Amino acid sequence: MGSLLPRLSQSRSAVWIATALIGIVLILLPFAFGMLGNAWVRALAFACLYVMLALGLNIVVGFAGLLDLGYIAFYAVGAYMYALLASPHLTSTFPWIAQMFPNGLHNSIWLVIPLGAGLAALFGIVLGAPVLKLRGDYLAIVTLGFGEIIRIFLNNLNAPVNITNGPQGITLIDPISFGNVSLAKTQHFLGITFPSVHLYYYLFLVLTLITIVICVRLQDSRLGRAWMAIREDEIAAKAMGINVRNVKLLAFSLGATFGGVSGAMFSAFQGFVSPESFTLNESIIVLAMVVLGGLGHIPGVVLGAVLLAIFPEVLRHTVTPVQTFLFGHVVIDAEVLRMMLYGLAMVLIMLYRPKGLWPAPEHGVNPSSRAAPRGA
Amino acid sequence: MDTFIQQILNGLVLGSMYSLIALGYTMVYGILNLINFAHGDVLTVGALTALSTILLLQTLFPGLPGWFLICAGLLAAIPVCVVLSLVIERVAYRPLRNAPRLAPLITAIGVSIVIQTVAMLVWGRNYLTFPQLLPTSPIEFGGATVTVTKLLVIALSALVMIGLMLLVNRTKLGRAMRATAENPRVAGLMGVNPNFVIAATFAIGASLAALAGVMLAATYGVAHFYMGFLPGLKAFTAAVLGGIGNIPGAMLGGLLLGLIEALGAGYIGQLTGGVLGSHYQDVFAFLILVMVLIFRPSGLLGERVADRA
Amino acid sequence: MADIVLRVSGVNKRFGGLQALSDVGIEITRGEIYGLIGPNGAGKTTFFNVITGLYSPDSGAFELDGKPYSPTEVHRVAQAGIARTFQNIRLFPDMTALENVMVGRHVRTHATALGAILRTRRTIEEERGIKARSLELLEYVGIRKYADFQARTLSYGDQRRLEIARALATEPKLLALDEPAAGMNATEKIALRGLLEAISRDRITILLIEHDVKLVMGLCDRVTVLDYGKMIAVGAPAEVQSNAAVIEAYLGGGHKAVATKAA
Repeated sequence: MGSLLPRLSQSRSAVWIATALIGIVLILLPFAFGMLGNAWVRALAFACLYVMLALGLNIVVGFAGLLDLGYIAFYAVGAYMYALLASPHLTSTFPWIAQMFPNGLHNSIWLVIPLGAGLAALFGIVLGAPVLKLRGDYLAIVTLGFGEIIRIFLNNLNAPVNITNGPQGITLIDPISFGNVSLAKTQHFLGITFPSVHLYYYLFLVLTLITIVICVRLQDSRLGRAWMAIREDEIAAKAMGINVRNVKLLAFSLGATFGGVSGAMFSAFQGFVSPESFTLNESIIVLAMVVLGGLGHIPGVVLGAVLLAIFPEVLRHTVTPVQTFLFGHVVIDAEVLRMMLYGLAMVLIMLYRPKGLWPAPEHGVNPSSRAAPRGA
Repeated sequence: MDTFIQQILNGLVLGSMYSLIALGYTMVYGILNLINFAHGDVLTVGALTALSTILLLQTLFPGLPGWFLICAGLLAAIPVCVVLSLVIERVAYRPLRNAPRLAPLITAIGVSIVIQTVAMLVWGRNYLTFPQLLPTSPIEFGGATVTVTKLLVIALSALVMIGLMLLVNRTKLGRAMRATAENPRVAGLMGVNPNFVIAATFAIGASLAALAGVMLAATYGVAHFYMGFLPGLKAFTAAVLGGIGNIPGAMLGGLLLGLIEALGAGYIGQLTGGVLGSHYQDVFAFLILVMVLIFRPSGLLGERVADRA
Repeated sequence: MADIVLRVSGVNKRFGGLQALSDVGIEITRGEIYGLIGPNGAGKTTFFNVITGLYSPDSGAFELDGKPYSPTEVHRVAQAGIARTFQNIRLFPDMTALENVMVGRHVRTHATALGAILRTRRTIEEERGIKARSLELLEYVGIRKYADFQARTLSYGDQRRLEIARALATEPKLLALDEPAAGMNATEKIALRGLLEAISRDRITILLIEHDVKLVMGLCDRVTVLDYGKMIAVGAPAEVQSNAAVIEAYLGGGHKAVATKAA
């Protein structure tokens, strides 16, 4: 808990310099990657969204120890909420809405972010409330079921009333704009050209940094300790007066808010949403990021998310040409290979490095002179 | 719209298959307290192996009778599934027997994904047609129609389940399995080799999954790399409904779930005044799962277990 | 009229075919050290679990500090003011000793998620207070130097002390200890006795389950003896010790002559 910081803050100027350096690297990153191709910068932007998702799931799985296999449902909720509020779908489907909003439905980011967070939190409470007393395995399956239920509804709520437009999804979604500055258009600042994808990257980067700060603060708080206590021994936590039910619900809904906000951003970035983006596979990928990185350890989770988000891009650029070179055509599709490797990685990590690639460093010292204690 | 009898028959067909799959889940959970997430994928491999075998035989020896081909398919599928599930147990579950509950669940998910992707590579992404090998002429039955295939599914499942009950209750292996499920250490002290019993449990579950897979493919005429996911999930629901760890419970749960799904799909249009259509039938299983776990987590036939401080 | 902290009466609890508790009750005066003793399987921990809300009784009346309470939700019992330790030590093994005690402060503090995220002044001050008080408690039980050690690396005796410190952090009206001396050697027991006496001097009422007769006799003001779920004796340790029914419960019939001679 807060393990990295005490050591670093021993030299305050070191911390500032390191932060500044990291900041500069992060700002310049899209330009560097941009030289390799736009796809790489898009990957960076998506990496930020995945980091947010992973951190949100980390609150649920890593901090509170609740295995949620349907986390992507919150991402879907945020995405579809924004899609409905910022696209022509509702106005073209329902004439009475078109009458209320003659200029079409558009919404400012300042409204969308809190709304996405709030709606997702609400879903978190609704989905979490009935299932929180369930034990690990069961909770996992039930949350998986919920995730699938949401996807099925999104896929089928196009009749009798067309709310979600079914499998075709919702298109023509507004990009994010700050006043007159639309992130979908190339902008010029101080003589530098910023293509749209760079702008989105910066926005997502800011949101991600805010997410990281929130998570760190939650971890080192009364609530964070309560989560950890529940994860370690639920009965003892109750005996210490912790209202386990409410605290678990808080984990669920706070975790959900990150999903909701990043979902809304995803929706705006892509300009298009469909139920295809919110399958069980996606929930599993986010889980893989948390598990691979280091369950409960914020820097680990960030690392896991970045690695797994960039990985498909890397694969696409190596596996495809290599195979074409060796075999004349692509034998194993990069997408398929990606999922296979994710699956393998999950197995291998649990077998050989269950705490993740970058686990939390051991608390305190293991006094070698003490006799090994019984109990606890 | 189908008649009531028709729905019931459909429900029994569906339910029989769910029962077979649910038995695999419940037996493994009874012994290891583990949800074998990869069970549905074992089913997939079974169905696809059977399909490949049948297609191969058809190309090599055209003119073989349908029932022969199906048996051949089954005989090929079962050993493959057994080996696959034993490998999974040995590699992914055994090393984690004493790890916190999260670990084997995550490996199970990982294994499931690996199997799916390998199946995708070997058999492709597309839906493959499973040939109609048994006579397809419908048989009239009190206002409903069935095919030979569907009748066979019901009959064969019943036979297999009776066989399993006999195995579990009347044989030495069955006793060993029940003992290990109650208390592995003490069973070990009585001379039972827990690893052997666990392996046997997986093997039996895998055989049932292979059978269910072939039945599914034969009944619906289609097989593909993801076909085991939904039936697997629903069968797990059935196992929980009946009381996880309880063998008759899995059978009961499977049949019940099949009936509820068939009847629900048939009548949901009427019940909701056309708002919800039958493509919501998958949602039933999930909703039942949630309800059971919230209100009666021990299931219909299971025991109530209290928390000990 | 005595100042009664805990008044419980008529507790019955059945587990299937076994009547674990039959009409058990207890009355603890403020500042007392009260012992609950009896042979193995007598129902002592079951009774503990009932009054702290882990088990729901088939019947019983419960009053803490004169106010009735219903032991249905464990965390509410803790909020009301009963803190307990467990027979098998239930610490938070991967958290440090300090963090364990800080969790104990949860029930008397109020910082919310929002306060934590926004780092309000109130939250920061409360955090400081939590940490300071927790360190004090670690000092009080004598394991201050292990504050940053993972709880599971502490020695058995120190883990028991940690569990007590964590329970004290909840500012309990009644501290309920389930076999705090189990597994301790003689030196550790003497130290534990000193600690419990200090706690009692600080006006915290203690209810304790214990098997070590010497410890109970030296420490407790009054005891209740349970056997097969029934109360067979209540009173000061000296009286109870020579009670025939008690001797029989512990030693079985036929030992009466030997026991009275020794007493």
